[in-house]
Amino acid sequence: MQCPKCHAPMHTYNRNGVQIEQCSGCRGIFLDYGELEALTRLEAQWSQPAPPPPPAPQAYPAAAPPAPAWGAPHGGHHGDHGHYGHHRHKSFGHMLFSS
Amino acid sequence: MTADTATSTDTPADPLISALTAQARAAAHGTPAPCRCATTPLAVRPDATVIRHAGTVAKAHAPDTDPAALALRVTTATRLPDVLLPPLTPAPAPPRDPHGRLVTLWPYGAPVDRDDPDAAPWEAVATLLARLHRTPVPAGLPPMRGPAKAARALDRLHAALRATPHGPARPAARPVLAAWAALPAWAGAGAPMPGPAALCHGDLHLGQLVRHPAPGGPWRLIDVDDLGAGVPAWDLARPAAWYACGLLPPAEWTRFLTAYRRAGGPAVPADGDPWPALDVPARALTVQTAALAITKALAAGRPLDEVEQALADACARMPSAPAHPPRREPGIPG
Repeated sequence: MQCPKCHAPMHTYNRNGVQIEQCSGCRGIFLDYGELEALTRLEAQWSQPAPPPPPAPQAYPAAAPPAPAWGAPHGGHHGDHGHYGHHRHKSFGHMLFSS
Repeated sequence: MTADTATSTDTPADPLISALTAQARAAAHGTPAPCRCATTPLAVRPDATVIRHAGTVAKAHAPDTDPAALALRVTTATRLPDVLLPPLTPAPAPPRDPHGRLVTLWPYGAPVDRDDPDAAPWEAVATLLARLHRTPVPAGLPPMRGPAKAARALDRLHAALRATPHGPARPAARPVLAAWAALPAWAGAGAPMPGPAALCHGDLHLGQLVRHPAPGGPWRLIDVDDLGAGVPAWDLARPAAWYACGLLPPAEWTRFLTAYRRAGGPAVPADGDPWPALDVPARALTVQTAALAITKALAAGRPLDEVEQALADACARMPSAPAHPPRREPGIPG
């Protein structure tokens, strides 16, 4: 579908089970009926336990899988969960698609 | 057939693009006569130029491509349509473009969405790799080119360091060069790869997957230029390196590794610590990626960005990190 504001194509994303459309041009977001309520419910769930990190982290396995000794500290010394949210989008589009 | 980013260097007058367009047009419509379909450059790089015309993709391979080796690689794709995107022309004799470059033709497939990490097909890519690695190596197929490309990345870094005596990215090069020097010779194609050879892709990343037929068909691997016989852990080593460097979240690495093991992939043991098998290839790909990042940063006169710096930091930690002991038995488990 096309963005009602700038007419660029809109892409569908799944965020915590909620389908949202985001414009590839102006980055505006289109919500279908009931989706705002679904997001509000999810936000409430996040805010009940202690202060949540701004980018919602994925559910990690209880124990991190093995990693080499030269690897980055995983959830340890720098251990904020925001680490992945911070790097994730940039590294995904940039590093994970090239030789 | 490619998911590489289009670059803006093409012009309608570019003779290579024109030649590729004529070939793709002929394949798409049965005639090279002009038509109203758009031609889209999918990749314009020194080692490959790829364009899409209607449902057809034409690729001009690197100028130094060995015709016999490419023919064997393309034939392998023809014979494994459940794993690799099959070509439109089951070439043993790919046509040459006006510059003498080898050209192959492929059906268009829909790439992975770069803007949506949640949609990355980790299970599909793992399962395709396991299937590829379990396929007997076709007779005569040359070695997988991963280690040769790692060595080439280091050559490029050396050249960039010579050409750019000053630059904010220079300090990052020293640990990268040191980490490279500590790797076994086979990781840079200086010695034959160890262990029994498996059929490998050789350059796996998320741009090497498309859905065919687009948009909803099954995922297939593309780009056979580096396909060959070798250490199958090399194909797992980019995701492993991204995970090790903190660029891929643990949950996604686990999805990929678990799916590979479920599909009977032979590169790592069926359970337990996979790192003894992954360590050298993952170090090599971390070094390779860091070297290319520094090369680009030197050319642009800029410092590394934070993602690139994460790779260089991992290289700096490598000398003090114990190597995982090599497997005692040369046999591939599973």
